[in-house]
Amino acid sequence: MDVTEVKAENADSQSSKKESVKIKVLFFARARDIVGLPSMPLEVSSGSTASDCLNKLVALFPGLEELRGCMVLAVNEEYTTESAIIKEEDELAIIPPISGG
Amino acid sequence: MEANGGDVARIRSELKSLKAAKSDIETRISGLEAQLRDLTLLNASTVSNGSVTGDSSCNHELSPDMIYRYSRHLLLPSFGVQGQSNILKSSILVIGAGGLGSPALLYLAASGVGRLGVVDHDIVELNNMHRQVIHTESFIGQPKVKSAATACRSINSMIKIVEHQVALRTSNALEILNQYDIIVDATDNAPSRYMISDCCVVLGKPLVSGAALGLEGQLTVYNYNGGPCYRCLFPTPPPTTACQRCADSGVLGIVPGIIGCLQALEAIKIASAIGEPLSGRMLLFDALSARIRTVKIRGRSLDCEVCGENAAFTQKQFRDFDYERFTQSRLSTAPSKLNLLPAESRISSRELMEKIVKGEPYVLVDVRPEHHFRIVSLPNAVNIPLSSLEARLPEISCALNKEGITDSEKGANLYVVCRRGNDSQRAVQILHSKGFTSARDITGGLEAWARDVDPKFPTY
Repeated sequence: MDVTEVKAENADSQSSKKESVKIKVLFFARARDIVGLPSMPLEVSSGSTASDCLNKLVALFPGLEELRGCMVLAVNEEYTTESAIIKEEDELAIIPPISGG
Repeated sequence: MEANGGDVARIRSELKSLKAAKSDIETRISGLEAQLRDLTLLNASTVSNGSVTGDSSCNHELSPDMIYRYSRHLLLPSFGVQGQSNILKSSILVIGAGGLGSPALLYLAASGVGRLGVVDHDIVELNNMHRQVIHTESFIGQPKVKSAATACRSINSMIKIVEHQVALRTSNALEILNQYDIIVDATDNAPSRYMISDCCVVLGKPLVSGAALGLEGQLTVYNYNGGPCYRCLFPTPPPTTACQRCADSGVLGIVPGIIGCLQALEAIKIASAIGEPLSGRMLLFDALSARIRTVKIRGRSLDCEVCGENAAFTQKQFRDFDYERFTQSRLSTAPSKLNLLPAESRISSRELMEKIVKGEPYVLVDVRPEHHFRIVSLPNAVNIPLSSLEARLPEISCALNKEGITDSEKGANLYVVCRRGNDSQRAVQILHSKGFTSARDITGGLEAWARDVDPKFPTY
């Protein structure tokens, strides 16, 4: 975590000059099954919201649409809403519930 | 060889009668133990109330036996006599004696939870044993509650174990949950999770909720000290397609084991009032990468339909709420049985067997995923998973031609099979729409084949 935060701060100063931001998306549970990966890099235009990122991901993996209404969304391990602005080097986690046991 | 067969039969019959006698003796033992336990508990309470002039100078209620049994807890500075006394006075209900409930119950019993309840309506099966470590082979076929309670009692005879051998429903949940301080959700399906969370909100009980599937686990404490409930996080239930069950998707046995242990830990922390419960946070366990992340989750939602500011979710509303309809899935784990096709598009496993015996040419398509096909399959079956069926239709035409099945009756003697007979119906619908109008599915799938045709055929 510490490392990520330091990086994020460094990146902050440069992000205003950039056209796009690069983030890492983490997939859990059903989202991981649909995407077939535990994580992937994603590039979105600067100023994008979490919702914009989701739209882009759904375009890449249409199966994610079914989870849209039922997931915890977190940025850098903290709860976030779809309207939150995503910054360079953010880690966006998509966490649908598991019900098995 | 014949003599051998006779021996086998004799040994089997002797085993059967011995097992019956053993089970009878075990029932009598556990009955007597329960009687004895109740009597000693009664005596202990009258003694401790009656003679305060005891010679030991300790200002707590731990008996010498308890001091010895829980000594390692008492030696923990941050836990000590106070923590243990709190646990001994607490009552915890574990809902589900499966993969999560097994370790949770074992540790809660061992830790000395004063009154420990178990809810489950299932019976112990062989395919539970790889993860439901509280049960032993000798309990296969018996109620899980009975098996779990026996195991807990054999670990700790000083606590009270309460057996609730029922299916938890809105009709009985309030009454059962109300008897306990802390609720542990160790169930395996979405409607139960919503029902238990709502019930905890209505009754004001903290809920330790764990879940595991495949190689991942999740853990959160809900409805604790003004924290969020399950509905604050997931106001809309997941679509049924996203609700996977261990019985379909598989689970590495130790994954629910780890989450179940963490559930016991959170329950113990709440019961003993030590530490910081996992409220407002969600722990995510990833077995493959050996990574545990704790994500800060939202606080209580003011708009939550159950615990929000303007929510008026009463006991009556809870009783009347249809959780199966809300989540579009069943409260019991029994798989659903679809009925998508007319009778003429289906064939029973027995009928298929007759056709095979008669030597009729046929093509059998098994639409299960490839890793299922690798577990076991019928002879001559071609594996074309449902997900790739449309793309692989030429393979079916090719197989039909090879068997000399003419195009005049397209797809006559084309049969489709899956595990339980649901996906095979979906596949037949696709085949019909693509011109294989005579394709038929095998009713009940391989499970029916194993039940009705070949009892030696492996089930999973």
